[in-house]
Amino acid sequence: MITFSNYVQAESLDEAYQLNQKKGNAVIGGMLWMKMQKKRYNTIIDLSKLNLNTIEETDEEFKIGCMVTLRDIEQHKSFNEYTCGAARESVRHIVGVQFRNVATVGGSIFGRYGFSDVLTLFMALDCCVELYKGGIVPIAEFANMKYDRDILIRLIVKKKPIKISYKSMRNTKTDFPTLTCAVSKYDGVMRAVIGARPMKAVVVEDKENIFGTCGYDEACSKFAEYVCGNVTTGSNLRAGAEYRKQLVKVLVERACGDIK
Amino acid sequence: MNITLKLNGKKISRDIEPDMLLIDFVRAEGCLSVKRGCETANCGLCTVFLNEKPVLSCSVLAARANGQSVTTLEGVGREAEEFAEFVADQGAEQCGFCNPGFVMNAVALFRENPDPSVDEIKEYLAGNLCRCSGYEGQLRGILNFLEWKKGGAK
Repeated sequence: MITFSNYVQAESLDEAYQLNQKKGNAVIGGMLWMKMQKKRYNTIIDLSKLNLNTIEETDEEFKIGCMVTLRDIEQHKSFNEYTCGAARESVRHIVGVQFRNVATVGGSIFGRYGFSDVLTLFMALDCCVELYKGGIVPIAEFANMKYDRDILIRLIVKKKPIKISYKSMRNTKTDFPTLTCAVSKYDGVMRAVIGARPMKAVVVEDKENIFGTCGYDEACSKFAEYVCGNVTTGSNLRAGAEYRKQLVKVLVERACGDIK
Repeated sequence: MNITLKLNGKKISRDIEPDMLLIDFVRAEGCLSVKRGCETANCGLCTVFLNEKPVLSCSVLAARANGQSVTTLEGVGREAEEFAEFVADQGAEQCGFCNPGFVMNAVALFRENPDPSVDEIKEYLAGNLCRCSGYEGQLRGILNFLEWKKGGAK
């Protein structure tokens, strides 16, 4: 369990950023993962007062504040219509309602966790993160950036014609996923995002134009093989690397079938 | 630091340590239904309502409840008693240790969705673990309770 001496509800993003530059201080989201650390902090910085707990929708985009909960994502009608239900599917297996009412999108994305359903989903969308100092960065780029002391303000999801499906495999309900998979098509490109490999999610695009050169059902199978060949998997106590490879094939093919 | 909140409908102000968790706060206020089962945010035993939404009090800072409304099983009253008594009469409880969190989340489910399907019940209560594996009994108890509320027999 973490311990700390001071708790500050930041009055502005600048205050949060300045406080976060000091070693020994840290920003909390839902605190669910962070609290499991055995670590002592000086000051914990809370962004709760900065009105970042809403999903704003315009004709062009969704702006999802970092303090939006996973339950908000699960229940947001318009965002789920846009994502063909993939948003709800990506979070509904995460522990329970009480957990998802506390866990935040910002915490999930900033952590860039190797087990993250949430990162997998957003990497399959045309999505950027907005950082206080770092500006607007595509999420796939952000996923590979070094951890720093910036503040993740919100996610920006560009609206465009999209088809998307989300799948995950768990050894048992509410456990961490053994593998996560999102397949989407926008801007004419088919892509698969594979997470919980058990490393952070990666994007594999159909660079060989598989879907342009054969029938759809055959292409699903070929693309699944292609993704499998281009994704590194590893082993941990939940599954072996080879088993995960098989899951990649199965989940990608099924997800492709969903968005025919 | 000082926090002021509504606990089970009563406004209170207390000095707390900044890193105090909500579970420890409500227990210190005598709400002993709220228990620590797993300490890894998995079991649902510590469920309370924060502004009417079910949350894991083992993972919420008491400081974050400042200015908010917190309800424990002690504050839910007749709505919880009616359900808990019904489920007990059904013989659907085993050791009862997980019961407070289970009842809280079931009440949250009924408030949000008064006529849930079996799948909706299972999904909503997935975060309430029962180490006796009493899920079949709990599900039967819930379904019979909902039937009874609609005017059916016990």
